[in-house]
Amino acid sequence: MAKPMDQYKWHELNVGCVIEEVGNAMEYKTGDWRSQKPIWTDAKCIKCGLCWLYCPDAAIYHTEEGLYRANLDYCKGCGICAKECKPGAIKMVEDER
Amino acid sequence: MKAKKGIEVSIAASIAAQLARVEVISAYPITPQTHIVEHLSELVADGELDAAYINVESEHSALSACCGAAATGARTFTSTSAQGLELMHEILFIASGMRLPIVMATVNRALSAPLSIWGDHSDVMAARDSGWIMFFCENGQEVVDAVIMAFRIAEDRRVLLPFMVNLDGFSLSHVIEPIEFPSQEEVDAFLPPYNPLYTLHPDKPVTMGSYAMPELYTEAKYAQEMAIINSKQVIVEVMEEFGKRFGRHYHAVETYHTDDTDFVFVALGAIGENIKTAIDELRSEGKKAGLVQPRIFRPFPAAEIISAFKGKKRVAIVERVMPAGATNGPLFNEISSLVQSKGINIKLENYIVGLGGRDVLPEDFKRIFTGTVPPKDKSFDVIGVRV
Amino acid sequence: MRIRGLELYTDRPEEEFATPGHRACQGCAEVLGLRLALKVFGRDTIIAMATGCMEIISTPLPTTCWKLPWIHVAFENAAAVASGIESALRILTEKGKIPRKDIHVVAIAGDGGTSDIGLQSLSGALERGHKFTYICVDNEAYMNTGIQRSSSTPYGAMTTTSPPGKKSIGQATWKKDMPKIAAAHNIPYVATACPSYPFDLLAKIKKARMVNGPSYIHILSVCPTGWRIPSDLAIRYGRLAV
Repeated sequence: MAKPMDQYKWHELNVGCVIEEVGNAMEYKTGDWRSQKPIWTDAKCIKCGLCWLYCPDAAIYHTEEGLYRANLDYCKGCGICAKECKPGAIKMVEDER
Repeated sequence: MKAKKGIEVSIAASIAAQLARVEVISAYPITPQTHIVEHLSELVADGELDAAYINVESEHSALSACCGAAATGARTFTSTSAQGLELMHEILFIASGMRLPIVMATVNRALSAPLSIWGDHSDVMAARDSGWIMFFCENGQEVVDAVIMAFRIAEDRRVLLPFMVNLDGFSLSHVIEPIEFPSQEEVDAFLPPYNPLYTLHPDKPVTMGSYAMPELYTEAKYAQEMAIINSKQVIVEVMEEFGKRFGRHYHAVETYHTDDTDFVFVALGAIGENIKTAIDELRSEGKKAGLVQPRIFRPFPAAEIISAFKGKKRVAIVERVMPAGATNGPLFNEISSLVQSKGINIKLENYIVGLGGRDVLPEDFKRIFTGTVPPKDKSFDVIGVRV
Repeated sequence: MRIRGLELYTDRPEEEFATPGHRACQGCAEVLGLRLALKVFGRDTIIAMATGCMEIISTPLPTTCWKLPWIHVAFENAAAVASGIESALRILTEKGKIPRKDIHVVAIAGDGGTSDIGLQSLSGALERGHKFTYICVDNEAYMNTGIQRSSSTPYGAMTTTSPPGKKSIGQATWKKDMPKIAAAHNIPYVATACPSYPFDLLAKIKKARMVNGPSYIHILSVCPTGWRIPSDLAIRYGRLAV
């Protein structure tokens, strides 16, 4: 578990500042960057998976039924999924937080 | 008494790397170190050294490839001089910051401009604060021993820092000296295989070389500083062990006839032998002088220098690099700040000699002993400059 | 996994080697290109990355978004570092210090780190024939430092160091043909790709991974921030450009 940067003492850093906890960037929730979020209309979804494929942040996941949702911890609201969805099943809506 | 071999020092340096079982060598030619990489390529080509030999396209890539190889867990070696050392300058700091135990032989040569292929210390002095451990060799035997000890010290888990073995260009690299080589078995017993702390391998992925925000950079650098300061203890330990095993005892600072005199020279590298000749001649004339010769320059051996200066009244600091606008040369500045911070009352003098391969003879040192007065407008004297 | 097509290129299509939590801009097609490429390279990969957008967004100490072994040394030497890694793997395997495994080395750098400052080190690595893939993620400028022109910036483009003005049209030279330069080294495989055509990109990465020698992939990376387009048009612009 990475601490906030300013809490590390010098000897708590690994030799050469090597990071052993690979993928610990996930502790940083980029979800609070967004001002809009994607909403799926499941009836229109053809389960092609392109929204998942095109997400630069790998912030889209599929449910057990094979439908898609955005991981709101990380979704930056870029809108690529909505733009690329062929049947228009995704709409970007204002995200009130 | 083991047999000594008369051999060119550069070739001896490559044989030392061979004995150390280096695994990756990156090579780029530059006078006067080229013989080192040439001989290593012959050893690899003939199957006498089982190593990967990378003919890189520049010195910058030479050290970069060493970084990649060391990070992957290989024992790495390269060699350069002057302009090559300058070209890889940014990577020097990166190698030490990333704590990669690369060993590099720097055959000290003058920096351009004007271009000079001949020896002096301007190249290494320009890189002195790059975080590398630095050893200055006086003769060929020391070069061989230093290369072997370098791997042992650099790879020690308490150190993990790159190590530069310095030898003067031409005056040391190209002379033929009698050198005793340890056997492969002896070196294997002294130098175990490299056991890296972290490696680049998919079985245990890590990230190396991330960037640090202001909140962390100070701590990162502090950790590195502690490492190089604490490496001194490991260096002394390893030198002691080397002495026990091979019978040649090295110290962070070597002294020559300093006990009964209040005047000493201080110098780095092969020029020590010229100074020793002058000291012997002076002593035969009844005049007493001594030499304090650091072998380790980084980490700076403060305690040993202070101890060597006990009872001394006058110190002639001899160096092979121009101050370039500083009040004095780098060695003088380090010693001067050291004595000042310890409140030691001692007269320091600064002599610049042997730039760009110019010979410095025992007579020059004898004249320093009798006291050439530096010109009023400068705080250092350039010996032999035609004004 | 619903996308059957992906199984042609990787047996673990859902595995992410570039995790969320990285600090790329919204709509960054460059990190998308890498996210997809790494799925095909798979676990047995070592990455040598140059300084640039991808390095900075991914590894602010003490966090990293890469789940593969990854090293960053400097700006112009991704190819040289990769050469060192590849040589070390070879010799360590030969000496029996590491078990024999097909580990692929991938060097990744931007257009600046490839066609400008990194050209020498790339050329050396290609000429020496190391078994590695060099990926140039080309967003057509030095984006990480704030959109300055590189030799990959297209003719007439506006960047902060090639602004149009009374005396200039902006970028006044044509884009350097890096794939041609790579091909001139007579390496086994050179390809251009774009994440807007994801399956094509995946196929090319798969091919590159199979090459027993150097391969060069030039990925056009749409940068909404630098190209001054809305973030959701990143994929569309890639289709228009390619």
